[in-house]
Amino acid sequence: MLAVRVIQEQGILVEGVNFFTGFCVEGHTHAIRKKDQQKQKRNNALWVAEQLGIKLHIEDISEEYKDIVLNPKHGYGAHLNPCLDCKVFMVGKANAMLNKARQMADEKGFDFIITGEVIGQRPKSQRKQTMPLIARESGADDRLVRPLCAKILPPTLPEREGWLDREKLYDFNGRNRKPQIALAQQFGLLDFAQPAGGCCFLTDESYSRKLADLWQAQGRKDYELDDIMLLKVGRHIRPAPHYKLIVSREEGENNFMSGYKKQFHSVRLISHGGPLTLVDGNPSDEELLYAARIAARFSQGRDAESVQVEIQSKGGVGRVLNVTPVSADDIAPSWYI
Amino acid sequence: MADHNLDTRGLLCPMPVIKTQNAIRKLQAGDVLTVTATDPGVLHDIPAWCRINGHKVLEQKQENREIEIRIEVCES
Ligand code: SF4
Repeated sequence: MLAVRVIQEQGILVEGVNFFTGFCVEGHTHAIRKKDQQKQKRNNALWVAEQLGIKLHIEDISEEYKDIVLNPKHGYGAHLNPCLDCKVFMVGKANAMLNKARQMADEKGFDFIITGEVIGQRPKSQRKQTMPLIARESGADDRLVRPLCAKILPPTLPEREGWLDREKLYDFNGRNRKPQIALAQQFGLLDFAQPAGGCCFLTDESYSRKLADLWQAQGRKDYELDDIMLLKVGRHIRPAPHYKLIVSREEGENNFMSGYKKQFHSVRLISHGGPLTLVDGNPSDEELLYAARIAARFSQGRDAESVQVEIQSKGGVGRVLNVTPVSADDIAPSWYI
Repeated sequence: MADHNLDTRGLLCPMPVIKTQNAIRKLQAGDVLTVTATDPGVLHDIPAWCRINGHKVLEQKQENREIEIRIEVCES
């Protein structure tokens, strides 16, 4: 956001690109969880673009992005976040868009790419050594400008050509965001958006644990978009390697998970209020029954002798029966993923 | 000038916005696109996307969980 303003200050036309990886915290979670619905329904990228008065292209890269998450050449950060590969990929994508636009004579061309990176702000992906690496591996080379720390990096093509005045770029570095916040205030940017990182589930410890568990259970590293969406909701409980329960935590999640009832086994409470539970994997009949007893534990009938549930198998065939909720001690702490 | 429909029911934001954007890229100025959706997020995101990119929201309505937004594609 700030980087764009710095460049706009020099009278340059900027357009934004926002990539949807499937792991974005935006939108989905806010849309799913009821308690978050009041809070913030807006899409942050759209909001930022509107504040800045720039056009925004949103690109769905969720398919291609798999390869980045599954096989990051430069490894993961603190969790399953492949930040360095991710940046190389995104800048590379932006560069491809730039090249394409330049080739098409009737479309206005763009001359360079900017990112809001600040040296030293992120431990792994925003170090001084990684800056040239991202530029090189993405193919953007010296058409990649970081307006917020350009002064401590070698001059790029736009600076050498005089398209940009290097003197009016910045030399921010380190984790201290105060100078950036001060600059944002100077520009009148009131609600200065979260820095990158807080908006990606891969930097979240509990999310990464669930993803690692999924890979282990499958016996291979892979995922579908639905898998990673479901990792964002509910409690995940794995009583055995070949099946796990996803127990919704509230109404919004209930609604969202209902959409998956055909793809998973499910348990719905009838006699008492309670969450919808999906069962992922290949449980035996007996195990499915046990899953229903666990699900009943999370219902309002947790202490009842018996509760009535509907167990629906993947194909949609349902049966109604009575089960006894398991006791709290029956659910081993290690089952919680 | 032509009328087009886009069904994004069951998809969560930002997918409906991305699909709207991709559909509009192929349309001409003056065309009208009607988007149906179920994620209430679109009530905010699609108009925001239209404002940013210079298209016009003609109408938006919600019936139960189903949302319909009509957009006029403008020269941009
Ligand atoms: S935190 Fe940002 S850079 Fe890191 S993996 Fe997620 S989106 Fe990519």
